[in-house]
Amino acid sequence: MSGADPIWLYRTVRLIRRFEERAIELVRSGDIVGGIHPYLGQEGIAAGVCAALRPDDVVAGTHRGHGHVLAKGADPGQMMAELCGRVTGLNRGRGGSMHAADFAAGVLGANAIVGAGGAIVTGAVWARRRRGEDLVGVSFLGDGAVNEGMLLEAFNLAALWRVPVLFVCENNGYATTMPVADAVAGSISARAEAFGIRASTVDGQDPAAVHATTAAALARMRADGGPEFLEARTFRFDAHHTFEHAVRLDYRSPEEVARGRSRDPVRIAGSRLPAAERAAIDADVEAVLEAAVAQALAAAEPDPATALEYLYASGLTARTGGG
Amino acid sequence: MPRLSYRKALNRALADELARDEEVFLLGEDIRVAASAVTAGLLKRFGPERVRDTPLSEQAFTSFATGAALVGARPVVEFQIPALLFLVFEQIVNHAHKFPLMTGGQCAVPVTYLVPGSGSRTGWAGQHSDHPYSLFAHAGVTTVVPATPADAYGLLVSAIRCDDPVVVFAPAAAMELRAEVSDPVPVPLGRGRVHRTGDDVTVVAVGHLVHDALAVADELAGEVSVEVFDPRTLYPFDWDGLLGSVARTGRLVVVDDSNRSCGIAGEVIATVVEQVRLQAPPRRVTRPDGAVLPFAPVLDRAVQPGRELLRHAIAHVSKDG
Repeated sequence: MSGADPIWLYRTVRLIRRFEERAIELVRSGDIVGGIHPYLGQEGIAAGVCAALRPDDVVAGTHRGHGHVLAKGADPGQMMAELCGRVTGLNRGRGGSMHAADFAAGVLGANAIVGAGGAIVTGAVWARRRRGEDLVGVSFLGDGAVNEGMLLEAFNLAALWRVPVLFVCENNGYATTMPVADAVAGSISARAEAFGIRASTVDGQDPAAVHATTAAALARMRADGGPEFLEARTFRFDAHHTFEHAVRLDYRSPEEVARGRSRDPVRIAGSRLPAAERAAIDADVEAVLEAAVAQALAAAEPDPATALEYLYASGLTARTGGG
Repeated sequence: MPRLSYRKALNRALADELARDEEVFLLGEDIRVAASAVTAGLLKRFGPERVRDTPLSEQAFTSFATGAALVGARPVVEFQIPALLFLVFEQIVNHAHKFPLMTGGQCAVPVTYLVPGSGSRTGWAGQHSDHPYSLFAHAGVTTVVPATPADAYGLLVSAIRCDDPVVVFAPAAAMELRAEVSDPVPVPLGRGRVHRTGDDVTVVAVGHLVHDALAVADELAGEVSVEVFDPRTLYPFDWDGLLGSVARTGRLVVVDDSNRSCGIAGEVIATVVEQVRLQAPPRRVTRPDGAVLPFAPVLDRAVQPGRELLRHAIAHVSKDG
């Protein structure tokens, strides 16, 4: 198994890192309404997993989903425009942070409902494979999702029907504020193993390690057809949601946060490149995001008269609220 | 003319669409052996890839269907019991229904949810006898309740071909009906049907209650001329068709197997009175508020909308004004 391109990995974690930092600035300035769930600290997982995917593979993300969408290849400018609710956004301003999707890039959508993506991506992969395509899928999920019955049902279907979906659990230690130890009886990996799904564990802070483990799993899946499970241990550097910036919630000690932040996927990936190369990538990422923010803020908001557009794919027109 | 049963009409619609479109497949519990009979013969003809028995995992297989539809398949999901729709309300309303808008039109979710045997099944009691079509109409999911074998065939075919999610309620009380149907054809979604013309009162009847309304209209023929309007699709509703009828009769009764509060009957009456000046206050005959169907047959019948209440409502609106 050849290793992932360290330049691509570093560029991707750096892009996600700076995208999230710029997005947080836009939350503070009021240009992004409703806030975001920052992916800061977890960038190595999206980058490492997506580095092992092909363009025709599909992924389903989570409420903390910006990293998955960007790493799978969505345009940062359209993504930022989506967060700002602009008509040029990926979803034409209809989805926002928690529903960003890019079907052309194989992103079936971030998803605001915990544990919901697993069955959806399983169905999508199954339907396309029935047509003879040999793609695989990835369902990203958090540690909170492993207690959702719907996800456990999806494990069962994927295993029974031999659908090649990699379930990637980003275990950042907390479901919002609920520690894993207080929420998970048994273990996370054992849930998958109970369905006969092979489970691996990896250091989610090391993008190259995530890539290597993912690539090995995908090779088995492409040959064999069945699902696998990957638990990536990680740490969320920032808030569960940006509302925490205003309302301090007391669930992680400063020491724990400092310890968690000491293993930074951006620094780990960056340390594998010469300084000059790193600086060039940094400069390029800054330019990309500068343009992304500028274009997003310059773009038009959707026309209120189009608020119900896309509600029905059949062309059905809904009655308005009247008056 | 050949006679077609309601159940066979559903079966034939599934077979015709499976044969016509390779992207159509069926998912559900015990569908290989056709426990509800609507999938009879389909496993042999189309194979286990397209007639897929599922474990008892309603939430996962409903969202599995959503995922398949997102990439162009046309799944039909059978639910043996209407109350299972409560279990998957989230998967249908919060996912299948919302994906096209939330993604800015990047996808469609053409899934059909079929409930063969909705409403009371006499003796199946509280948890197997619901008729939750008003919930889906409220959520804005296309909802059909065919009353006749021809409409069962035609509406199910149209549901499968529709690019949006569609819930098809096949009332238990209609499943054994037979009718002469020579060559069943697709029936457009969102178009009602006047089963019986009349001049004095429009009765809107949903699903199996169409046949009760027709029977009552016949009984009352000497006293009052009743028009029976079957919306067939509850969402989107054929408002033009209904308003045309009520504009002539000036009087309205709705008979609907929903619970009373927030049931479709309330919506029908509200929409009509927003647009038509009726000659008498309208009436509705429904299940009671918060109905749970009790087990004993006399109790089960006591909470379902029936002919006696319908006769009373028609008499009431005919007298007023």
